[in-house]
Amino acid sequence: MSDSTDLDVSRFDYLLPSLGADMDEGRVVEWRVGVGDTVHRGDLIAVVETEKSDIDIEIWHDGIVEEFLVPVGELIDVGTPIVRLRHLDADGGATETTGAPSSRSSQPSPPPADPDVTTALLEPTTAVIPEPTPAVDPDRRVLASPFARRLAAERGLDLSTIEGTGPHGAVVEADIRRAGTAAVANAAATTAPERQRTPASMRALIAERMSRANREIPHYHLARDVDLGPLDAWLAERNASRPITERVLPAACLIRAVALAAAKHREFNGAWVDDHPEPADSINVAMAISLRRGGLVTPHVEAADRHSLDEVMERLNELVAAARSGTLRASWMTGSTITITHLGDTGADLVHGVISPPQLALVGFGRSRLRPWVIEDLVTIRPIVTATLAADHRATDGADGSRFLATIAHHLEHPEDL
Amino acid sequence: MTDPTPDATTVESPTMTYREAMREAIRDALATDERVFVMGEDVADYGGTYAVTKGLYEEFGRDRVRNTPLSESGFVGAGIGAALGGLRPIVEIMTVNFSLLALDQLVNTAATLLHMSGGQFNVPLVVRTTTGAGRQLAAQHSHSLEGWFAHVPGLKVVAPATPEDARWMLPTALADPNPVIIFEHSALYNERGPVDPALGPVDLERAAIRRAGSDLSIVASAGMVPKAIAAAEQLAAAGVSAEVIDLRSLRPLDIDTLAASLDRTHRALVVDEGWRTGGLNAEIAASLTERCFWSLDAPVARLASTEVPIPYAKHLETAAIPQVDDIVASARALVGDR
Repeated sequence: MSDSTDLDVSRFDYLLPSLGADMDEGRVVEWRVGVGDTVHRGDLIAVVETEKSDIDIEIWHDGIVEEFLVPVGELIDVGTPIVRLRHLDADGGATETTGAPSSRSSQPSPPPADPDVTTALLEPTTAVIPEPTPAVDPDRRVLASPFARRLAAERGLDLSTIEGTGPHGAVVEADIRRAGTAAVANAAATTAPERQRTPASMRALIAERMSRANREIPHYHLARDVDLGPLDAWLAERNASRPITERVLPAACLIRAVALAAAKHREFNGAWVDDHPEPADSINVAMAISLRRGGLVTPHVEAADRHSLDEVMERLNELVAAARSGTLRASWMTGSTITITHLGDTGADLVHGVISPPQLALVGFGRSRLRPWVIEDLVTIRPIVTATLAADHRATDGADGSRFLATIAHHLEHPEDL
Repeated sequence: MTDPTPDATTVESPTMTYREAMREAIRDALATDERVFVMGEDVADYGGTYAVTKGLYEEFGRDRVRNTPLSESGFVGAGIGAALGGLRPIVEIMTVNFSLLALDQLVNTAATLLHMSGGQFNVPLVVRTTTGAGRQLAAQHSHSLEGWFAHVPGLKVVAPATPEDARWMLPTALADPNPVIIFEHSALYNERGPVDPALGPVDLERAAIRRAGSDLSIVASAGMVPKAIAAAEQLAAAGVSAEVIDLRSLRPLDIDTLAASLDRTHRALVVDEGWRTGGLNAEIAASLTERCFWSLDAPVARLASTEVPIPYAKHLETAAIPQVDDIVASARALVGDR
């Protein structure tokens, strides 16, 4: 790439962009690339948390990631260099620093002799990022096509956070699709803290995700009745000696049982990617949590198979409180590998669930109810819950699902091992 | 009314030129309905200026294929009278430019009588005329004024773009109890295409999707349709999927079909051989904006002829009317970089 040689600029820094008219600071919550990765214009490189929402940000130049300049989670000002990249040469490889002085007169400031040009690159007048970064003029009206506006409204996206690539920088359909894809990839149906999301926009997101699930995923459904008698008794005894704040609820036991079963039947834990299942290493069990004002969110308990029941309960309390107060973090919402829906004791008897794409399975629990139950030769009255499995038939078959459900039932019937 | 099945037209149908198709349509009408007759300037022994009626005078005689004086107002008026009297006249006006001499008959009489007589008198008149540029016939023979007629309530205005429509629009027009004007494009007469001999009369109200696509809808009529299809093929090679819609009917406009297409593609380019200012393209663009505003990902774009009298000189004539490259460029500007 002759330009970079002329300029003696082999490296460039990517600055934290303003992702909305009122954004002046933000924090990187997740890198989507690693050091050494080659990135191209349009690639998503990081998730940035702003006052309003978490946003995937794109790089506007090809390059090779050399160094991250800010730690994840630290609050930084707009314009702060966040990542240093090396330019690609014309062959797609990295350009080496030549140290040759530039003869180009059109540059507003002369390039430094020092090959390390970072300081100069941070000057606002240099050509670090020749193309405009997202709108920073607070008075500027957001240009967007009518169709882009409609799509954004349907998806609950804030137009001012989306960089337009249409005429005059207008946001067009393609920009929304890019932003929408990123939003959908954040598996738990939201990129924004709940307090920002209106019921209508959440409805639209649920509509889109569930439509996609029913359109793309060939579901199969299995059910199995589980005797919760042992669990109820064990929990009652365990909780009796504890303060209320440390008591364990059945929901935490369900998470543990599913996590342990998923650790054994790994084909149900992960995602369907392109045309094949990709089992995940970590078992991040998402829990559907209904919101009082309508809608639901599905934050997860990370590595639920490797945490104790008490730790899972603690995290579950945290998730429910955050969901209800609208303070869920992106890291709790992205990367779920399997989902539980639990209707609770006032719910229906059983649930035929819909998988949350791109996951492979959803485990449902209906209400626990007293039913006649045969144990050996005796009919007794037991608290019974119907566990159901909705699974992706592309990844697994009914026999696999039956074994998975049996393992879940086994763990619930042997609570001392949870 | 029948719709062609793709297999029947593309695989089994014989091909013929647009001119032959039109002639076959007239011959069929003369042979099967004794109320039908043809009149116009030089349509008889000369066979018509564009040779559409060639041979019909010999076949059907002077009463059925009649030469007229050079008086458009007179012979169109005679056609209206014949239609009122129970005949089914096919009146040929040599080019749309000369139709202006008959505007009073067409706009003030043919289009109004049904309304002004309280529904007592209808005018089953068919007018055929030629439109369009591309043959170096200079300004007075090359304009595209069909949009003017599409402005007038009481007229039905159609523009066949394919030999099959040239063959099968006429019987529908003749069966219509009210005046129909058929615009034949002079540059299409030698175009060859499949014509299903058994197709039967086609509807005169619906636009046709000639090529399916997903990135933008190109709306065209008459001579612009083959150019739009050629442009769509070039665009496809560049990764842009263009849908091409042949209007077929200029009045009524089938906005439903256009809107349905636009709801899929979200971008529209209206290509019109007429002028831009006050043109039919403006009507289409406005209607689509009204109907599809919330589906639009870009302003409805228009490509029309340069606002000059169509020049005689070949290179200037070519430059004045929309060409394939112009359509490609307009379409690419509409969809942006990809």
